[in-house]
Amino acid sequence: MRGRVRAVVPRPGGAPEWQLPSTDVTYLDHAATTPMRPEAVAAFTAVLTDAGNASSLHAGGRRARRIVEESRESLAEVLGARPSDLIFTAGGTESDNLAIKGLYWSRRAADPRRRRILVSAVEHPAVLDTASWLARRQGAVLETLPVDETGLVAPEVLRAAVESDPASVALVSVMWANSEVGTIQPVAELARVAHARDIPFHTDAVQAFGQIETSFAASEADALTISAHKIGGPVGVGALLVRRGVEVEPLAHGGGQERDVRSGTLNTPGVAAFAAAAAAVTAELPAERVRLASLRDDLVRRVLAEVPGATLNGAAPGAGRLPGNAHLTFPGCEGDSLLMLLDAHGVECSTGSACSAGVARPSHVLLAMGAGEAHARGSLRFSLGHGSSAADVDALVAVIGPVVARASRAGELAGLSAG
Amino acid sequence: MSRMRVLAAMSGGVDSAVAAARAVDAGHDVTGVHLALSRSPASDRVGARGCCTLEDARDARRAADVLGIPFYVWDLAERFETEVIDEFVADYSAGRTPNPCVRCNERIKFAAVLEKALALGFDAVVTGHHARLDEDGTLRRSVDPAKDQSYVLGTLRPEQLAAARFPLGDSTKAQVREEAARRGLAVADKPDSHDICFVASGDTGAWLRERLGPRPGPVVDAETGETLGEHDGAYAFTVGQRRGLGLGRPAPDGRPRYVLEISPATSTVTVGPSSALDMRSLVAERMVWPHDGPVSCTAQVRAHGGVVPAVVTARGDELDVRLAEPVRGTAAGQAVVFYDGDRVLGGGRIRSLAA
Repeated sequence: MRGRVRAVVPRPGGAPEWQLPSTDVTYLDHAATTPMRPEAVAAFTAVLTDAGNASSLHAGGRRARRIVEESRESLAEVLGARPSDLIFTAGGTESDNLAIKGLYWSRRAADPRRRRILVSAVEHPAVLDTASWLARRQGAVLETLPVDETGLVAPEVLRAAVESDPASVALVSVMWANSEVGTIQPVAELARVAHARDIPFHTDAVQAFGQIETSFAASEADALTISAHKIGGPVGVGALLVRRGVEVEPLAHGGGQERDVRSGTLNTPGVAAFAAAAAAVTAELPAERVRLASLRDDLVRRVLAEVPGATLNGAAPGAGRLPGNAHLTFPGCEGDSLLMLLDAHGVECSTGSACSAGVARPSHVLLAMGAGEAHARGSLRFSLGHGSSAADVDALVAVIGPVVARASRAGELAGLSAG
Repeated sequence: MSRMRVLAAMSGGVDSAVAAARAVDAGHDVTGVHLALSRSPASDRVGARGCCTLEDARDARRAADVLGIPFYVWDLAERFETEVIDEFVADYSAGRTPNPCVRCNERIKFAAVLEKALALGFDAVVTGHHARLDEDGTLRRSVDPAKDQSYVLGTLRPEQLAAARFPLGDSTKAQVREEAARRGLAVADKPDSHDICFVASGDTGAWLRERLGPRPGPVVDAETGETLGEHDGAYAFTVGQRRGLGLGRPAPDGRPRYVLEISPATSTVTVGPSSALDMRSLVAERMVWPHDGPVSCTAQVRAHGGVVPAVVTARGDELDVRLAEPVRGTAAGQAVVFYDGDRVLGGGRIRSLAA
């Protein structure tokens, strides 16, 4: 995707300003967020000026309610779920919080022995930090499940953790696909391990949804997180799918919307746009999955040819990995140097994670996969999505060699050495 | 000046924001970088590194956004800890009074940052220091004497200065603030920073006590040799200090007593009358001094002090400095910088002083 226009928020009293980027942009960060699809923009704007409050009893309220419920049915259909499974939220982070805290509180209330929370070591911070907060403040015992060198949680590992004391486990949460390295977990198998002991299983499917088949029924999970803006919907909308009969304590109390689990006026335009994006992404998925995988394979092959010392992190390309994900380590380089140099060339990608002040940190995912700190620091994630083209790969390949050469000169000063 | 790739070090304050803005106006390709120098454990993530510069990083990022330049945060906390903080503690422990800003310029801003910038393809590093740097590499005082920072830059080597740019040297602080407001930079009214950035409380004595622990010793009268009292740690004292000696009784002549000397080996703090503080010569080390023979010039011996006429003679790795007028209020560990008018001739670190 190239040549985007960037908006600048108008100053009070001033006219909106628009700025064109000075260079064409090669956007290889779709896993962070992906541009809104035209279908979603159309649905969003159509509803934006019209919608009433979906809880109101008058005609405007009924119109809004109808939009919400049709969106719910449409999303349920593409997700292999029942409409009543969906609880709309403000995004993936809220959904993960609701799942982890809500399941923990409800399970512990039913039996105070249930304090253990089992999560994989490679979860998104929305799961990891929520679980660690429960451990610090709410009496939970957090156990992180180790992963192999590709980032995979083996069902035997989960089984061993559960079986050490099944009655004390409150919940299990393992993400469907990893946000950094794209490794796809055997969620149904893992869910079965938990279910053997009547333990609820949650999966964060934020990265998986829209890139691979994600059926709630086939996942066998009890709760599943999705987010709109990762599939071409708007930011600020997400959902937690919760299977019937699974109790979740609410985070937000109030008007009792969304089965009394998530109070708050429904975001009708956002929900409508979410459903529109989901329908579009699902229709394209079989072809897009193949197209992205081939583009990604091309990207990896050509980058490795330009930079012989680089290595691909995570699972081998194929069924075990998201089709749009390429995560590479460039030995002897610091990821933030690489990112800065690529950015200067109009190539946008991502390092593992940064703290709120912007300091790059070695990825906890790579560290959990057994990488050393230097290896983890020297990595970049390139993620493809709708709109990605061969021209994007060409643009990256054209600059990656010189960029890595420069970054490794800076890396030598920092005491990193290649190889 | 032809178009260069310039790295602007942005602290989150008004000076570095305006310096970056001027580099943009000069037509350079400017990238803003905030240096994360300290770390604190205040983060939710278990084992994660927090940043105590959150607010400053945000201010710097906002300024970069207004200027429309790329912005990144560089993590130099580890380097800063070993090169500046550890050294600061070691200096106090050895009875010296260090200037960490000088050290940070020597080892971080115009070393680690500069080297990384050059390696990454930048041509120069721009900072918001109030000093002038001529085309020929001559460092001069700012036109604003109250804000002049040539003293904390005076020990930089020529090769360090060669890739440095100080766009603010021809402006007063008031002009810089006015320009920031005109440019819509929200940091225009941000107060100046004065304290040591890594001593959050501002209480250096307490900060040192935490790290060095109690090291009790006597407070001794310089003239009589009599022990006047006890203290918890000599590092909490600086030469020239008058308050907080805790002696409980005045000197026999009724005049105030000052710290004259700190001997870390015996943990002894020597006090005496203000007249004994007068120093008329000093020896400097770790110098930058590209001159032969005795040079008559002026010397500045502390950050916000005046200058005194001096004659400087190089002797091997040291500078022998004769001062025409006595100076007070400086100590071993501080920088001494030599001037010819507003021109910096060189500088070094004070190793010892003598009356």
